Amino acid sequence: MNTPPRAQELGMMSCHVCRLVTAYSEDPHAHCPRCHSALHVRKQGSIARSWALLLAAAMFYIPANVFPIMRTQSLSSKDDNTILSGIFELWRAGSPGLAVIVFTASIVVPMLKFIIMTTLLVSVQRSSGLVSKQRARLYRFVELIGYWSMLDVFVVAILSALVHFQILSRVEPLPGVVYFGVVVVLTMLSAMSFDPRLIWDNRKSQ
Amino acid sequence: MASNRRDGMHHAHNLIICEHCDSVYQKRKLLRGQVADCTVCGAVLERHQWIGVEGQFALIIAALIVFVIANVSPIVTLKLSGMAETTTLWGAVIAMWTDGAQLVAALTALTLFFFPLSQLVIFCWVLWFARDGRRAPGFAQAMTALVRVKPWSMIEVFMLGTLVAVVKAHTYFDVVPGPGIWAFGFLTVLITVFSSHDARHLWDITGEAKA
Repeated sequence: MNTPPRAQELGMMSCHVCRLVTAYSEDPHAHCPRCHSALHVRKQGSIARSWALLLAAAMFYIPANVFPIMRTQSLSSKDDNTILSGIFELWRAGSPGLAVIVFTASIVVPMLKFIIMTTLLVSVQRSSGLVSKQRARLYRFVELIGYWSMLDVFVVAILSALVHFQILSRVEPLPGVVYFGVVVVLTMLSAMSFDPRLIWDNRKSQ
Repeated sequence: MASNRRDGMHHAHNLIICEHCDSVYQKRKLLRGQVADCTVCGAVLERHQWIGVEGQFALIIAALIVFVIANVSPIVTLKLSGMAETTTLWGAVIAMWTDGAQLVAALTALTLFFFPLSQLVIFCWVLWFARDGRRAPGFAQAMTALVRVKPWSMIEVFMLGTLVAVVKAHTYFDVVPGPGIWAFGFLTVLITVFSSHDARHLWDITGEAKA
């Protein structure tokens, strides 16, 4: 099967918002004739933005894991849980199956996002032509799984609202959960800033 | 070059460009259940839009009703030695706000209430006009907003979160699921059906409004 031409070769570009195909324009202030969004060939400042947001997310990831995210208080005890210790508790006392889901959403998914985004950014900056199709797939994977990391944040929110039995029993959010929420938003923004078309641009070897 | 100049315009409606790798394709008519994949990068180019405009409109109305139910009815009730505590989505938002996690409260309100609601309302608005092939007033802005808001609506994640919270609470309390949890479950199903649909299709099936 022969490869289809790329838009740049044909002097075309498509609107990133409504997908209308237009003639290529050099004008940095060009607007889509159909939906009036700003037109550009590639997402602007893609690599720098994506790196900046990813590094910020990595920094926030440390307090998100070190600080407890939730306090469970009862008459006799006070129990602060971090993300990890909460997962262990769920494994022991509740349901191992759900513990695996939470572990995936809160630990595996953010880690995968850091690893994959770093790989993508480095390979694009080195104009790598290797395994482009696999890298494209990795990017789509990151986009797909990105927001599931919010799981733990929502769990803490629901429990804090529910477990409100005065002095008998209470659940409160702790600062860790705020950092974690910030991490999720930053990694999502980082993935959105990355332009997957760059994987296919200026490849050294084909 | 030829095809985008042919009609003397500077855009070509018969072409589609892969959003992930910039490969150019001739648009093809898809049959039911068919998905066009990019042969270069493997991303989805286009899916067959199997629900017509009328059907989508009906689904949106259903989703709006379920959304209201999900937001006003209690999600779960906890019981502890004669006391009962119940919460709604807004209860969770307020609890986070008063307990010092305002950022999380805002994030929760946006991703579970304001973004999904604006998505539904905007969709309802454009579909109402699209039923007669017309473009609603503010169509371009509405369509742009839909594209921008889409990744930030997280009802599905909340559904799973509720499940985890119920299991965690079950160790210490009696947990009674409320109507809200069913409504959120149903909403998750409706959203999944919708997410296989590309709203941008409406650009092709509607024309400029004529007075």
